[in-house]
Amino acid sequence: MSLYLYLIPLLPFAGFLINGFLGSRLPKALVSTVALGFPLAALAVVVRAALLAWPGSSSVALPYVENFGGSWINAGALHIDFTFALDQLTLIMLLVITGVGFLIHLYSVGYMAHEESYWRYFAYLNLFLFFMTVLVLAENYLLMFVGWEGVGLASYLLIGFYLDKKSAADAGRKAFVVNRIGDFGFLLGMFLLLSQFGSLSFAKIGDALALNPAQHGGMLTAIALCLVVGAAGKSAQIPLYIWLPDAMEGPTPVSALIHAATMVTAGVYMISRTHGIFDRSPFALAVVAIIGAATAFFAATVGLVQTDIKRVLAYSTISQLGYMFLGCGVAAYSAAVFHLMTHAFFKALLFLAAGSVIHGLGGEQDLRKMGGLRKKLPVTFWTMTAGVFAIAGFFPFAGFFSKDAILYEAFQHGTFGKSLYFVGLVTALLTSFYMFRLWYLAFFGESRADSHDFESHGAAVHSRSDSKLVLEAEEPHHVHESPWIMLAPLVILAALSVAGGWIGIERFGSFLAPVVGPVVDPTLEPGGKMLDVTLSVIAVAVAILGWFVADLFYRRKNDRPAKLAAALPGAYNLLVKKYAIDELYNATIVRPILLGSRYILGGLGEGAIIRGSAWLLAGVTTLLGEWLRRWQSGNLRSYSAWLAAGAAVLLLFAASYYLGSNGMDIHINWAGR
Amino acid sequence: MMSSSILNDVPSSWYLILSALLFTLGVVGFLIKRTLITVFMSIELMLNAVNLSFVTFAHEWHAVKGQIFVFFVMMVAAAEAAVGLAIIISIFRARATLNVDQIDLMKL
Repeated sequence: MSLYLYLIPLLPFAGFLINGFLGSRLPKALVSTVALGFPLAALAVVVRAALLAWPGSSSVALPYVENFGGSWINAGALHIDFTFALDQLTLIMLLVITGVGFLIHLYSVGYMAHEESYWRYFAYLNLFLFFMTVLVLAENYLLMFVGWEGVGLASYLLIGFYLDKKSAADAGRKAFVVNRIGDFGFLLGMFLLLSQFGSLSFAKIGDALALNPAQHGGMLTAIALCLVVGAAGKSAQIPLYIWLPDAMEGPTPVSALIHAATMVTAGVYMISRTHGIFDRSPFALAVVAIIGAATAFFAATVGLVQTDIKRVLAYSTISQLGYMFLGCGVAAYSAAVFHLMTHAFFKALLFLAAGSVIHGLGGEQDLRKMGGLRKKLPVTFWTMTAGVFAIAGFFPFAGFFSKDAILYEAFQHGTFGKSLYFVGLVTALLTSFYMFRLWYLAFFGESRADSHDFESHGAAVHSRSDSKLVLEAEEPHHVHESPWIMLAPLVILAALSVAGGWIGIERFGSFLAPVVGPVVDPTLEPGGKMLDVTLSVIAVAVAILGWFVADLFYRRKNDRPAKLAAALPGAYNLLVKKYAIDELYNATIVRPILLGSRYILGGLGEGAIIRGSAWLLAGVTTLLGEWLRRWQSGNLRSYSAWLAAGAAVLLLFAASYYLGSNGMDIHINWAGR
Repeated sequence: MMSSSILNDVPSSWYLILSALLFTLGVVGFLIKRTLITVFMSIELMLNAVNLSFVTFAHEWHAVKGQIFVFFVMMVAAAEAAVGLAIIISIFRARATLNVDQIDLMKL
């Protein structure tokens, strides 16, 4: 029974073609219909495949492989096909991508309604879905790389969507360039895989590994580390995370879809997909775990002091991706993918709710100018609350289950794992704190927006008598709740953020087990259940502690944050400056490359070698031409003299040839008879 | 044969040497003379030097082909003389000179 896998990417691609080429001439309603219809159709195909392949209904056995278009690359021993494969991992990813993706498309219709290049936005968004589904459906590394590069392109286009904003264009470029570094690692990994296994197919490499149970470390470590570079680039991990905060220059739904729910999780997906290689290399796994834990903690600390609502969420995304890496690093791939899924729900929700806030405030992103929005944006408030509780890890919200699973698995991973567990726990505390900080700053207390506007407009000064009326007239944008088309996705995602974790890691893990291997099941461990419950209680206690501290600091306007900042000026400034990592990279990497490009490549290479050789060639040719030109005097007699001389020389040659060779008997009577 | 005895008295090489001398004269004349008419006459001289060597070889090898060639050359030379002289006259009319060094422009 065919699952029509090829339709899943091709439907959004059709949407991209229609909106991309005709969108500017189509009416807005039609653009929205196309932009929503094709992803919805793709979602339908995915759901159908899921129903057919679900354990229990045995219509289709997983993994299900579908080849279309035959062979792609056929060179010598290298065979790469256009092959899609569906297994449990891909199924989960597809459901998240098309499901959350469709909700975000729906939300975008409302959010982007006032934009000029409405059609361009949706064309890019559909293009993203195309590449993302190719990425997760691909059965070999190269096809996956096509999707991998494609989502990078879509991300670049959407970050730089506001073409006339320099910061947006710069952010897009930064994302692209930083991702290139990761892609370089991915490419090297693929080359090593080719040299080692002679194939790029996941199945064939898996078989080759199964045939060689003794193969450990060495080349596999090298391959795994190269892949980690790729994953760290795409999933915004240390040291390549710097592009993600800047990527918030794009429209907010884009941040939700690409830079929170789907694309940035591609690295986690890739590690889970290739776990066969990582399992054979404890060193690479340890690197993944350390990168994950370090990123989780590091990004969470930066998130503590950010004042831009989207930046807080961006750092929180980096931090949560760090959790997923931590999960991968302790070989708990199911837990990592579980967190990937719940994170897709609650982080998409948080971003969309933040977008709703920004939309309601007419573009204001600064937390310091928000406040008191609880009454004005009730639906946004309640849905965001679900998201905040989910990410902070409160029982029984989705984030609790998945984060708990990762922390439990880390705890079971020896002494090394226990130290990572504590990093994760501290990060959970920080996460809870900064999320509740955001929650309080945005929704509680007095509104700080009006007074600012009021003062800057100076309305009270020139209209003392009726300042209230003037204030209302001068306020260009009334705070308003978003339209239903934006709220509906929020409500659905809020429901998922509450209930998405109830499936539980045990069932989720056994579903994924055929792909990524079994998880450590607490119920099967000696004392595991007890330990699991204990760790859960600790995690929830930590989350409550974070909430409590945030409550103390931010529920009412007080001077505690300012006092703390004044007490620890060094630490505070370090965090506000985001550890000055951007500046560090600028000084150590960007500037040397720029200078090297300008003076060594530009001056020596371009100037001396390339331009010099061109000038030399031109000069020699000119001189030669000057000299040859004299032959072309236009003087008839000199031409004929050359002609005669040439003829004489030829005659001389011919004569010397015949005389020398004696090859021909010339019968000429020289002396008479 | 009457004629053959006379011809055979003079060796073929003499004809060839005469031909070479005539040709060289033609070349030299062509190169050093400036008047177009003289240059033209030098060309005729070269053509006839070649004709002479043609008939010499034809006689030597008893091949009639050489003599046929000579007729062709004479015919072409006659045609060429007619066209060439016409060109010379028109050039003189246009430029009022027949100095080849001054006639070096294709454009009038």
